Amino acid sequence: MAFLNVEDLKVHFPIKGGIFGRTVDHVKAVDGVSLSLEKGTTYGLVGESGSGKTTTGRAIIGLNKITSGKVMFEGKDITNNISRGRSEFRKDVQMIFQDPYSSLNPKKRVIDIVAEPLRNYEKLSKKEEKIRVQELLELVGLSPESILKYPHEFSGGQRQRIGIARAIALKPKLIIADEPVSALDVSVQAQVLNFMQDIQKELDLTYLFIGHDLGVIKHMCDNIGIMYKGRYVEEGTADDIFSNPQHIYTKRLVAAIPDIDPRKRQEQHEFRQEVKAEYEQSYNDYFDDEGLAYPLQPVSDTHRVALPEKG
Amino acid sequence: MWKFTVRRILIMIPQIILLSVLVFIMAKMMPGDALSGMVDPNVDPERLDEIRENLGWNDPWHIQYADWVGGVFQGDLGQSFRFKMPVTEIIGQRIVNTFWLSVATLVFTYLISIPLGITSGRYNDSLLDQAITSYTYIGFATPLFIFALVMLWVFGFMLGWFPTSGSVAPGLEPGTFEYVMSKIYHLILPAFSMALITTVNTVQYLRSEIIDTKQKDFILTARAKGASESRVYNRHILRNSLLPIAAFFGFEITGLIGGTVFVENIFGYPGMGQLFLESITLRDYSVVTSVVLLFGIASILGALLSDIILSLVDPRIRIK
Amino acid sequence: MSEKLLEIKNLKTSFRIKDDYYAAVDNLSLSVNKNEVLAVVGESGCGKSALAFSVMGLHTRAKIEGNILFKDHDIANISSNDLNNLRGNEMGMIFQDPLTSLNPLMEIGDQIGETLILHNKDLSAEKRKEKIIGLLDKVGIPRPERVYKQFPHELSGGMRQRVMIAMAIANEPELLIADEPTTALDVTIQSQILELINELKEDMNAGIVLITHDLGVVAEMADRVAVMYAGQIVEIADVHTLFESPKHPYTRSLLNSVPNADKAQDKLHVIQGIVPALQNLPREGCRFKARIPWVDDSEHEENPELHEVTPGHFVRCTCYKHFDFPESKEEQHGIS
Repeated sequence: MAFLNVEDLKVHFPIKGGIFGRTVDHVKAVDGVSLSLEKGTTYGLVGESGSGKTTTGRAIIGLNKITSGKVMFEGKDITNNISRGRSEFRKDVQMIFQDPYSSLNPKKRVIDIVAEPLRNYEKLSKKEEKIRVQELLELVGLSPESILKYPHEFSGGQRQRIGIARAIALKPKLIIADEPVSALDVSVQAQVLNFMQDIQKELDLTYLFIGHDLGVIKHMCDNIGIMYKGRYVEEGTADDIFSNPQHIYTKRLVAAIPDIDPRKRQEQHEFRQEVKAEYEQSYNDYFDDEGLAYPLQPVSDTHRVALPEKG
Repeated sequence: MWKFTVRRILIMIPQIILLSVLVFIMAKMMPGDALSGMVDPNVDPERLDEIRENLGWNDPWHIQYADWVGGVFQGDLGQSFRFKMPVTEIIGQRIVNTFWLSVATLVFTYLISIPLGITSGRYNDSLLDQAITSYTYIGFATPLFIFALVMLWVFGFMLGWFPTSGSVAPGLEPGTFEYVMSKIYHLILPAFSMALITTVNTVQYLRSEIIDTKQKDFILTARAKGASESRVYNRHILRNSLLPIAAFFGFEITGLIGGTVFVENIFGYPGMGQLFLESITLRDYSVVTSVVLLFGIASILGALLSDIILSLVDPRIRIK
Repeated sequence: MSEKLLEIKNLKTSFRIKDDYYAAVDNLSLSVNKNEVLAVVGESGCGKSALAFSVMGLHTRAKIEGNILFKDHDIANISSNDLNNLRGNEMGMIFQDPLTSLNPLMEIGDQIGETLILHNKDLSAEKRKEKIIGLLDKVGIPRPERVYKQFPHELSGGMRQRVMIAMAIANEPELLIADEPTTALDVTIQSQILELINELKEDMNAGIVLITHDLGVVAEMADRVAVMYAGQIVEIADVHTLFESPKHPYTRSLLNSVPNADKAQDKLHVIQGIVPALQNLPREGCRFKARIPWVDDSEHEENPELHEVTPGHFVRCTCYKHFDFPESKEEQHGIS
């Protein structure tokens, strides 16, 4: 049994229209996504804006209403009890948000921010709470004295660490990280990524890492799923995706990554032209009439690609 | 766009129904009725009950409500006990006066607020801006009825520049030029007094809109295109800042209603506001409920107007 | 030798914080040639955007000292009239976020048209519209007649950035400044926009200053690269030299901290400490000193200068000569 198993997840948002504001249509933000995570690994969910990657993450943790599908965590079906709030699941699964500047309440002190989940789930005395928060801050590499400071007194990377301290306060098993480094400078990004890897080993964490920067994804993830317009186009190990992309959309995505070697400029340019030509030529082979991806078909044990059924 | 308007108008219906129910309940909750205190104390209480019965005042509330609403639709707002004439007729005379007072006030409000708001927003933190901001704070802090009294005393009584009561000089023939001029002459002081106080909202609003727009990225783009400072102001900052002000217009109407109640009483101006207060003191309930109902409807229409203006001027809403 | 289009000499751009001025760009000199893409790279707060804004004269409350020579005329502190004749005409700029950089209440056609009206008064309305549609077509916008009448919120992010580019190149500028032009865009859109800039570069005959934090973008686009740290250029070289033999500790650290899709790295390099706030920038000695504490003080220069190591390759301070990454994390922290 997989650690986290998501089956045919759908999240549809209604579009209101007409004179009476009735629901006239749905935005299929997530349209039949299935994925499974093994304990202690990192799963990368990649896509461009509007692909539904963030909605998928939010639906798993219960921040978006699930239209249909199933979410299984450690063998238990938690699709519907998510909304009940303080379930065991809410303690075991935490989220790290993208923007360290807006995801921390500026009027609260660090101790209140980090202790918030503790206050919801554990009854601790003031003294115990303070000790726990100090331990957590030390764990994320901030000085324990900073508990009385406010978020604006920290740099971006430090703030993201505060967000992580809050996320790991309840010793979760799974962390959903929604673009945790997108708002950070490269050197700070490196700091946060390294740190995430360190605590993963230390606490045996599992990550669902949502992102758009393929360099970061490749660096962090064991398995990767590529989303496009609410559906998967390809799923596989990092190696499958980067060395042997099968879907034309994945190929284009991988080709678009700027290469850090200026000597390869011409090569890259030609390669992109090729991929672009292939994309335009074979678009109809890879997408259905509505421009959506087909269901995934296995091409190897680990590698699945959205292709039309043969025949 | 038309869909938005139709939907917006449909939303108004429950609002107006709710308003009418509230107004009706309020009227019924007032202590005493038009008969108590107005009739000869020697009249037999049983006879009074009979009158009440005949007037339908002992019916269950929903029947009374239905009667009342039915009447309103036919233009029958009931009978005033004080004036002994239909409420519709009394209001008919007054509403025109209040309408013109409101128009004049709005004109003054915008004549004051737009230049002040623009100056204040454009040169924010300058001395001039500080002066204008101080004025707005004073405006916020000063109660309208006290300010209006001071204005009346200074310009009406001490300097004698303006008439101190009424809406027109007596003895003039309606429709003549003198009659119109006299109407306008009577309007100026109350309208100006009210505008000076109510305009501070708009000044502040416009100022903060301008300061806000000034810091937008597209202003940088405009400068990077080589647009001169004055062009940046007129083409980009001002246009984008005036838009919410235009939308605010409908809500100004709501503000005016509160103002007219005070101002008309102080300046002895025969409008709806004056009628309202007089009727309360005399317990002329049918007039009070009618006036409250009309004020309420005016507010709802004001909000509607705001939304429609906004949808007209803002492409982000218009296109939908 | 190609001719110098823009030459910045000892530029100092200072902002007022409370009662004092602090230089965000501190005594910076560089030049941009015709037909050249100069990338200015650095992390947030290094002064790269302040530099771009200084050249365009977009700072409203900054003190600007030094010279900015554009085609041999000093444009630092010229009259706003003279500046407006240059901006949008001989110098164009592209901004980071194309949504907020377009006026939400103006049609696309009018926004591009404004640039034309301002600098080419003789153009008839008809000719102007023709030209705008031509420009939209040139930057790869499908159905330009339709987009002409549309508002920014009706376009996608990539299309909006194309509109911004059309606006910037409308009057065929000789200098184009692009301030993080692809940061707000998705990676496939980014590659399309970069491709577009490359295509336009061919027939524009302009010098381009590309401000970015993304070393991948630099590697793909630049002819020369200036690396900025704390308001100064710490290293400047042609793009191949910079990526093949980076010298300054900051450049090397930066290159090592990028997760690279091509090679598997176990650990990313982390630069110790944080970029100090503008008020707390060290103004004396090597500004990067505090972040490489294991390097001995004596290896830094007292007043770090740019040293030419090979022709055209300049590095600030002498500390690069002995710099090496510490073996372990412990060592990195041990000395501090």
